[in-house]
Amino acid sequence: MTSLLTVRGIVKTFPGVRALDGVDLDVAEGEVHCLLGQNGAGKSTLIKVLAGAHQPDAGELTWAGRPVAFPSPHAADAAGIATIHQELDLVPGLSVAENVVLGHEPSRLGFTRLRDAEALTRGLLLRLGHPEIPPRREVGRLSAAGQQVVSVARALARRARLIVMDEPTAVLDPNEVRNLFRVVRELTAEGVSVVYISHRLEEIREIGDRVTVLKDGATVARDLPARTTPTAEVIRLMTGRPVEHAIPPPSAPPGDEVVLEVEDLAGADFRGVSFTVRAGEVVGLAGLVGSGRSEIVETVYGARRATAGTVRVRGRALRTGSVAAAVRAGMGLCPEERKSQGLLLHESVARNVSLPALGRFARAGFLGPDAESGAARAVMARLDVRPADPSRPVRTLSGGNQQKVVLARWLLHGGGVLLLDEPTRGVDVGARGEIYALIRQLAEQGVAVVVVSSEIPEVLGLADTVLVVREGRVVHTAPAAELDEGKVLDLVMGAAHV
Amino acid sequence: MSEQTTVSAEPMATEEPAAGPSPWSRLFLGGVGHNLGLVAVLALLAVVGVATADTFATTANLLTILTSASIIGVITVGATFVIIGGGIDLSVGKLMALASVWATTVATQSFGPWVMVLCALAVGAAGGLLNGLLIAYGRIVPFIVTLAMLISAQGLAERISGRRSQIVTDPTIAAIATTRLLGIPLLVYLFAAVVAIGWVVLNRTTFGRRTFAIGGNPEAARLAGLDVRRHTAALYVVSGLCCGVAAIMIASLTTTGSSTHGTLYELDAIAAVIIGGTLLSGGRGTLVGSILGVLVFTTITNLFVLNNLDTDVQNIAKGAIIVAAVLVQARARRSTP
Ligand SMILES: Nc1ncnc2c1ncn2[C@@H]1O[C@H](COP(=O)(O)OP(=O)(O)OP(=O)(O)O)[C@@H](O)[C@H]1O
Ligand SMILES: [Mg+2]
Repeated sequence: MTSLLTVRGIVKTFPGVRALDGVDLDVAEGEVHCLLGQNGAGKSTLIKVLAGAHQPDAGELTWAGRPVAFPSPHAADAAGIATIHQELDLVPGLSVAENVVLGHEPSRLGFTRLRDAEALTRGLLLRLGHPEIPPRREVGRLSAAGQQVVSVARALARRARLIVMDEPTAVLDPNEVRNLFRVVRELTAEGVSVVYISHRLEEIREIGDRVTVLKDGATVARDLPARTTPTAEVIRLMTGRPVEHAIPPPSAPPGDEVVLEVEDLAGADFRGVSFTVRAGEVVGLAGLVGSGRSEIVETVYGARRATAGTVRVRGRALRTGSVAAAVRAGMGLCPEERKSQGLLLHESVARNVSLPALGRFARAGFLGPDAESGAARAVMARLDVRPADPSRPVRTLSGGNQQKVVLARWLLHGGGVLLLDEPTRGVDVGARGEIYALIRQLAEQGVAVVVVSSEIPEVLGLADTVLVVREGRVVHTAPAAELDEGKVLDLVMGAAHV
Repeated sequence: MSEQTTVSAEPMATEEPAAGPSPWSRLFLGGVGHNLGLVAVLALLAVVGVATADTFATTANLLTILTSASIIGVITVGATFVIIGGGIDLSVGKLMALASVWATTVATQSFGPWVMVLCALAVGAAGGLLNGLLIAYGRIVPFIVTLAMLISAQGLAERISGRRSQIVTDPTIAAIATTRLLGIPLLVYLFAAVVAIGWVVLNRTTFGRRTFAIGGNPEAARLAGLDVRRHTAALYVVSGLCCGVAAIMIASLTTTGSSTHGTLYELDAIAAVIIGGTLLSGGRGTLVGSILGVLVFTTITNLFVLNNLDTDVQNIAKGAIIVAAVLVQARARRSTP
């Protein structure tokens, strides 16, 4: 194996945090090198250094045998590194093809040759298993999964020697993950190297060659064999402690009181949805990305207008299309996309967490300078948000910690109905366990919970009752105990009927 | 991959100090500290003033600067709310003109000073409400709605006044501009009061907090249960009310109500807000910055008047100084931790 990239002793500090504190990494030609670490370990910061988006304070990079520095993203790009960032960085107002060729537009005499760009894009999308995405569609109008596919296509269009993927599968469903892995294997067969970041350890085992583990900004283990290192060992290295990552079973059956009733609800992309959630019950919605799961919970929440049907909380019908009414009735939603739908990125954690419950910290509308920081600190501690500083701007938190901030918001608000759309997206194994335990704990306190997840084991493990959604219809409803992964997968894909 | 530079090129601008040692130093760091650039520009202007005009540093002249800052300053307070909330209000100048005309018709004046004040506030608030309803519930972009309001308010003001300046005959209203307390004009107190109220509302109330949230990420605010539309409408009412207050001030200062008042005030107000460091896209900004912006502008005008320069030269220099101030400001911020 010839070495393509060598990283030694990289240090990067931000005001108040040492994000990287001596990172080593070796990437060989044609390998899939996995980067593991807890939320906030520094994975994204490291790849931003590799992408030329951050400048390291110390350390050395060697690229194809020569020492290098990437003073700008352009320099990294020119060297042959393409990066798929964790937070999607497409231009929503441009078309799919324009995004794919952005910065490298095929042109003649300064005029972009859109036709060439579209042909190139069409080829790449076909290769990624998505011929149905039109190259002329505006990117902002694609689903999160569609956008992820486009950013993979963009990285492929670069013909890079190293492709860095920061949690590319977080928004993808099992089929799309399989497609992505096929493409990754084709790339490595051609000698392209891939740095792969994911919190899903089973993916690492499937696609990875070697693993490097980061903890608190430093490399704690290097070049472990991805297939043979025991999971428990990897988790111990990441967290510094053994972690229970199974989903705790419910300790008591849910109560009898029906808290949330959805009756014959219909919206633009789904219809005829009815279900009830009792106090202490967890209802899971399983389905592919784009099947209408998110639309259903957003309509229940009033964020989308229902075309028919009613939603009742404790017997009282909610005004349709009003989030404010739903929140007053005690509902909370952790939306699918935390960055665009959930967070005020430039505001502090405390201000993000207190948003729906702000009135509680005010006297006659007046707020003290740090009215909510005590309460924010308390919920942050309960969810182990790191760093535990409520005054830090949310945008400086790592992806997984941002997700916890959205959860913390509703924990603080404390209503009786919680709608969770992909609650563990981008959350590390340790924190994932904490979130599962928290959902259980809330259910035991009588909260009615609805969970949407692309991860079937997660739905099966958490939910008392599972609704399988396909193409905007609920195609199957059953107690989780009567289902298994294979069965749900069949139902979700529509391959078989039970 | 040029768009990736945004990841790091983002200025560390409004990062709040982790835990300010005292409320005062926090106010300084939060408000003035991030506006060091503007403070520097003001200091520079003061040096130029002292060097070029003997009368610059006199109390009388400094009060003149403050007095002329007071009217546009009050309007800028409202504009700051609207812009932080993610909107824009182009109608402010002419809404003020309309309010000044309506409050000074013979009929209104016959009811006495209180009715005149109420009339100005009501006209401002109603204009703002109409703006707000069309923007929030009619889903028309703020630029268009308030531009239309600017034009119609101008027309209505001309129609009511018959294109004549209406003389303020009411002695109480006329006295506002001539009254001094402890040697300082009442207009300056009014300006200070509006700024103080604005600061408290923006920084110490749920209304202010929600304004930042709605400007920063309207979708996240909506999904957190805020009534984004009602709040947006309310922001334009705040702006309209500020126009009403400014209308009384200008009517008193000029002893007229006229449709020609406030021409291009919208640009001055927006420029002051922007050089004060508020993001035009909303969600971030400070009132202190906006007020410093106003003071920079009025000081420039004052310098030119003292040196007998023509208005065309003034305008050229003003444009250059806007760009310079923003540059200095951006640099100063990058270097403050
Ligand atoms: N621009 C920034 N300013 C200040 N601190 C930052 C900034 N970017 C990252 N950090 C901090 O650096 C640390 C590492 O963050 P990073 O995003 O690299 O984590 P990560 O390993 O990618 O985590 P995740 O799995 O949650 O995505 C965190 O403590 C984070 O708060
Ligand atoms: Mg990350």
